[in-house]
Parts: sequence; C-alpha cells; structure tokens
Amino acid sequence: MRSSSPADDAQAPEAAPPLLELSALTKRFADPKQGERTVVEDLDLRVPPGEFCALVGPTGCGKSTVLSMIAGLERPSSGTVTADGVRLAGIDPRTGFVFQKDAVFPWKTVLANIAAGPRFRGVDRQTAIELAHEWIIRVGLEGFEQHYPDQLSGGMRKRVALAQTFVNRPGILLMDEPFSGLDAQTRQIMAEELLGLWESLGASVLFVTHDLEEAIALADRVVVLTARPATVKKEFTVELPRPRSPRKIRFDPRFVRLHEEIWSCLSDEVQIAYARATAAR
Amino acid sequence: MKTIARRTTVPAIQIGLLAALLGAWQLAVDTKRISVFFFGSPAGTWRELYEWIRRGTVQGPLWQQAWVTLQETLIGFAIGVVLGVLLGLVLGRIPLLARVFTVYIGTMNSIPRIVLGSVFIIWFGTGMGSKIALVVVLVFFSVFFNAFQGARDVDQNLIANARVLGARRGSVMLHVVFPSAFSWIIASLRVAFGLAITGAVVGELLGATQGLGLLIQQSQGNFDPDGVYAGLVVTTLLALVAEGLITLLERRLLRWKPRRRPQTATT
Repeated sequence: MRSSSPADDAQAPEAAPPLLELSALTKRFADPKQGERTVVEDLDLRVPPGEFCALVGPTGCGKSTVLSMIAGLERPSSGTVTADGVRLAGIDPRTGFVFQKDAVFPWKTVLANIAAGPRFRGVDRQTAIELAHEWIIRVGLEGFEQHYPDQLSGGMRKRVALAQTFVNRPGILLMDEPFSGLDAQTRQIMAEELLGLWESLGASVLFVTHDLEEAIALADRVVVLTARPATVKKEFTVELPRPRSPRKIRFDPRFVRLHEEIWSCLSDEVQIAYARATAAR
Repeated sequence: MKTIARRTTVPAIQIGLLAALLGAWQLAVDTKRISVFFFGSPAGTWRELYEWIRRGTVQGPLWQQAWVTLQETLIGFAIGVVLGVLLGLVLGRIPLLARVFTVYIGTMNSIPRIVLGSVFIIWFGTGMGSKIALVVVLVFFSVFFNAFQGARDVDQNLIANARVLGARRGSVMLHVVFPSAFSWIIASLRVAFGLAITGAVVGELLGATQGLGLLIQQSQGNFDPDGVYAGLVVTTLLALVAEGLITLLERRLLRWKPRRRPQTATT
C-alpha cells in the first residue's frame, strides 16, 4: 500500500548524482567605471558523480558567482553548465543551495521552513509535513518544530537550512561558505554533521569556502581559484580515508602536508587580492 | 517592589493630569473666566453625551449614527488596504511598471486629498458612497507607499532560496514577498485607520444625511460646542477600539518577530 504513496516516491533514493561540468564559464558585469568587469573567466571544472569538491580562493574572487550560475540564479555571459551532458537552463530541480547568509524564512516555523521545498514542488501538505518531521529528527531539532528561526541559535538555524535543502534530495549540492557565520566550535560540529548527511545521501557537491582547513577536511578534491577574474589555478586530490571526522583528520600528517602544499599555491592569490583591496582604498 | 510602584504611579499621574485639566476648564467656566457659550464645558459635554445615549440624537439613536460612520470607515478602509497592498506589491516587484506609474501616484499623492470629498459628494451624492470613496483615497496612499517599499525591501537571499527550493513566481510572492512586506504594511495600517475615520467624519461634515460627522456639523450650526465635543468623544472611542484590534492583529501575524521588550529600569 505505502509503496505507491507519494511519501515513498519522494523518499526513494534519487537517481545517482549527476556528473557536473562547467566549460569556459564566464561572467562579466557592467561597471560604470571600467565599462565591464570580468568576475569569472573561462572556468573549466568537472565534478564526477558523488564527488565532494571544494572551491577555495581569496575573498571576493567570484566563487559565489560561480555557484549562482550553476544554480541558475544568474546567467553566464558565456560558457555552459551541464549535468550528465545536458545543459542546465535556469533552476534545475536536482539542485540544492545552502547560502552563506541565513536564508531560512523568518516568518515560518522550523517545520514549515523544512516543508517549504516539497510544498513548492507540489507535494501535498500531509506528506510534506511527514518528510519535514523526518528531517527534523535527522538534524536533531526535535522539540523545536514550532519555533521561529529568531528563537534559535546560529547553529540550529544552520541545521534548519541544511534540512530545508536536503529534504529535496538534491543530486547537485551547492554550498556557499555555509558555516562562515558560526563560531569555531559550532562550525566543526556542523562540518561533522554535514559529512554524515552527505555520506548517507550522496550528491555531487561544490563547496565554496575561503577556509582551507575546512576545505581539506571535507572534500575529495580541493580546487584553488585565482584572484578575480576567477579561473582554476590548480587542483589537489585529497586522499584521506572516509568516513572521516573533520575534527580529528586535522591532526593526520597527510592533512598537514596537503595543507602546506595547497596554501603555498593559494597564498599568491590571496596576496594579489589583498594588494588590490588595499590599493582600492 | 519598586516596579509595582512604578506600574501604578504612571497611570495615576496620567489620570490625575487629565482630571486636573478638565477640572480647571470646568472651574474656569463656572467662575465665568471663560464663556460657556463659546467654549462649552466638560459637564455640558457629559450631559449631551448622556442625552444622546438615553434619548438618542436629533437624527435618531446614537448607535445608529456611530454605526453609519463605522461602516463607511470599515468598508473604505478594507477597499483602500486591499488596493494599496496589491498595487504596492505588484509595482514593487515589477520595476518597469514602477517606473511608469510612480509619477502618477506621486502627483496624486501631493493633491490635498481631503478636498476630493467635495468632488465625491457631487459624484456619488450625500449617501455613504461619497464617504467611502474619500476613505478609500486617503487609506490607499498611506498603505500603497509602505507596501511598495516593503516589496522592494525583500531580502534577495530569501527569494533566491525560495526559487532554488522550487518556488515559482506566485509562491515567491505569497511565501516571501508578502510576509516580508507585511511588517511594513502593518505599520501603515495604524496611520491608515486614523485617516479612515478622519475621511468618514470629514465626508459627513461636507454633506451627509446620517453619521457622527453630521452630528458634529449640526452642533456647530446650532452653536453648541458641547455637541461638537461629544461627537469627538464618540469618534475617539471608535478609533481607540480599532487601534486595539490592529495591535492584536499585529501580535498574531508578526509572531515570528522577536518582540523587543521595553527595558524597565532596575535601579
């Protein structure tokens, strides 16, 4: 009986996460001063199905713009985004996006926030609430169903945001410095929980951060971007065992070595970005 | 202990001040320092009110007059709010329309709108229609500008989130834009309700067959200041009740907002 209900359809494992490819992706913005400003230039990137890929780069290098283009929130000036070889036009239902700033709806309760995605996608109210309940348990927010985001701590709000995204079962998960607003301890706990969720669900992940430690601790591959305009400078494979604990892995000698190696590559770009920022002032 | 004392002292002072003011007025009239003929008196106003309540007014029972004014106010308020909110949200979300129409709306806003009451009486006669029209015009603008601003003020991040989660245009409007603009809109409702009552009463002053405004206008014609005051008292009571209802509505609909508790001094 239950196997035919929409609840089970929605819970059934999604099709395998897609292969995500960006080719020659470019974004220019009109700038009244210089005429045009190139933020992202000829960016090529391939994220194999189910890979956790971290993008690191200096602050303001255009990392967020890359994610916005993949999500379909912004149109690339040129170049393409494809999933399993099919070009993504606009917002794709397989996509999930966890934003840097709080993007949960302050006027909805925790339950309504998490049920929002399925509701927007046409799931009936009862099923959406069941799904939301399940996710409330998975992210450990039992007892807070009827709370409003303003009544929660930063870490709890982040959990709501994660559940809100994961309830849609995204095959492509885009995360834009999702933990940047949190304190160091909460950040580590959230990283830990994110890995747990991702390992049980599977998704092709693009995780933007400027925290190199976080990138290495979470990802299968770390991609270093150049200072603006952003393009791929170098890629590093993270060969650390999974399942892994982001907190403990930091003490692994391989982690330390890799951190050194990537940092030497990244630091040039950081310095360029820093010099520009101070010159502009 | 101190806070309890403070909680009772403030209302006590407030009541005391009011009593002193009314007492001084009454005293000035009784000792003939000011003319009761021109300025009336608190006791006279009370007598007039009591008369209206017991025997009714010249135009019929008091409640009936109040009901007429209240109906004009409520109907006009409802229409004005709905129009203001809808137009404000739509124009706030569609920049092209906003650019086209803001000139017209801005210009119409600078018309001293209360004068339109005269026009409406010519158009719609001395019945309720002309007052409702005046109320609508007054309410519309105060709500419109807030709804417009509120719709433009929506956090782009929230809209982006809703869209990625799967919301289409209508859902974005309903689940993000409207609730976000709501705190702006509700702030305008208080002012708008005050304007609505003003509109209804002024409309009746300009020409009516029933209503509190007519009552005030007739008292003015009879050179009866107490009657004018009595009319004002009833109008004010209506406004206060409405204000209370709006506060309740606000509490219910803006539950999600952290309420800033007024800091009580703890010295």
